Amino acid sequence: MTWFHKNTPPLAPTQEDEKRVRTEGLWTKCEACRNIIWKKDLEENLNVCPRCGAHFRIAARQRLQWLLDPGEWRELDADLASNDPLEFTDTKPYRERLRAAQAATGMKDALLSVVGTLGGQPVVCCTMEYGFIGGSMGCVVGEKITRAAEYALKNRVPLIVISASGGARMMEGAVSLMQMGKVAAQLALLDDAGIPYISVLTDPTTGGVTASYAMLGDLNLAEPGALIGFAGPRVIEQTIRQKLPDGFQRSEFLLEHGMLDAIVPRKQMREYLIRALAFCQPQPAAPA
Amino acid sequence: MDLNMSLPSHSQGADAWQRVLLARHAQRPYFLDYIRDICTDFCELHGDRRFADDEALVGGMAVFRGRQVMVIGQQRGRDLKERMRRNFGQAKPEGYRKALRLMRLAEKFQRPIFSFIDTQGAYPGIDAEERGQAEALAVNLREMARLRVPVLAVIIGEGGSGGALAIGVANRVLMLENSIYSVITPEGCASIMWRDPEKKQAAAEALRLTAPELLRLGLIDEVIPEPEGGAHLHPEQMAATLAEALERNLELFTAFSKMELYQHRVKRYRNAGNFFAH
Repeated sequence: MTWFHKNTPPLAPTQEDEKRVRTEGLWTKCEACRNIIWKKDLEENLNVCPRCGAHFRIAARQRLQWLLDPGEWRELDADLASNDPLEFTDTKPYRERLRAAQAATGMKDALLSVVGTLGGQPVVCCTMEYGFIGGSMGCVVGEKITRAAEYALKNRVPLIVISASGGARMMEGAVSLMQMGKVAAQLALLDDAGIPYISVLTDPTTGGVTASYAMLGDLNLAEPGALIGFAGPRVIEQTIRQKLPDGFQRSEFLLEHGMLDAIVPRKQMREYLIRALAFCQPQPAAPA
Repeated sequence: MDLNMSLPSHSQGADAWQRVLLARHAQRPYFLDYIRDICTDFCELHGDRRFADDEALVGGMAVFRGRQVMVIGQQRGRDLKERMRRNFGQAKPEGYRKALRLMRLAEKFQRPIFSFIDTQGAYPGIDAEERGQAEALAVNLREMARLRVPVLAVIIGEGGSGGALAIGVANRVLMLENSIYSVITPEGCASIMWRDPEKKQAAAEALRLTAPELLRLGLIDEVIPEPEGGAHLHPEQMAATLAEALERNLELFTAFSKMELYQHRVKRYRNAGNFFAH
């Protein structure tokens, strides 16, 4: 028996999810300047840190929405998917990894290929999706770029490829490797025909992607601060057993070593490409 | 590594890892051994005219069964000193640029090109990156595609990723029976996918990097049988079989025009590795 009685019944327990103020997903930290940024600010700024200008990765579809003219796009080969030619299994089957990546991105593989316009100029534009198994290049990526190049050749429109990739897809073994030769051979035909091909390298572009189409542009452009190289930094460190210098394999390093035509901030990319395409116009077909 | 290990030829049971060991065998014939055995009048040509002469990637004029040919290939060293000098067969951008220079020389004088592939991969290092390893490989892929002479590539040991393909865009790609061709070394694949380099045997199996598997996948054109126990046990016999295969494959292109050779190569790669779910 207590001395005092409670006149009001205790509050009903609140729902677990009502107790917390929900903030997750609203804020993000910029790894470059260590500032906390409101995500909406970041998105409104094309995923570029409003404080320091660091370029965050962006999804392929989002990038094209910001880059191309608004209006009708036609997606090419959206349904092309890999059939796991090696029947590859490591700690889990490749097929499962594919299914998970497809569910997470809503794409069949790591490349979005569209026909649209840029400053009124018809273009075919391929954009790699880093969120799909690290943007790795397997037979689907190789085939879609090849078909995009064939489209560019047939319709005499410029080809733009925006890379974001860790390189060839290990789970497709030598099949991935052959895509490097396949795309490069198509680019030879494009070059012969006087069709412009612009390569845009974004963070990261390494391995077999850099060592094939990403470095073969009539213009090779990069976003600021992107990791670009053949061997990944970890592989190099293991080979030479030394720490790598700061800024090694970043866009600025490549520009300094003569591998890029220009570093173009994301906000200026659209205007830059329009400017470049005014110079790089598809040449008329040679008389047969 | 056991230097006396051997593998019965044509055995179906030979697992992928055993072939990896044979492909890397310290006594396996190297590029210049084959040149000595199957060519005469080899005359090495040096340098990329831009930076250096890369001894990991060797090339030159040679006479093959009465015909002038250009031969290029990666060269590993036989002893430690030579291995260091040749950077263990891992070429830098200057090596790949030299190879392209020599291939264009061959094209100018309408000589066929034989490319001998034997490398773990293009060299991953600071200097190679600074001088544009990726660009050097990429340009070779595109420019090899449009060469207007017959190009035959043969993987004689290890075909390591982009560093192999950058001298391997050919009209015909042949592989010695116990050579391997892969997008990554089994050790590299094991560390990334299994996070355990000791899983290299499983990785070798999963990567389908053996000649018979790659033939089945349609990525190469011919498997050249090795002598009983592997190429290193009977190098002269291996060289004779290889020479016969090269001559036979070169014959295929006698009637091709310059443009047809280019188109044939583009088409060969256009049709390689198309595996789509429907």
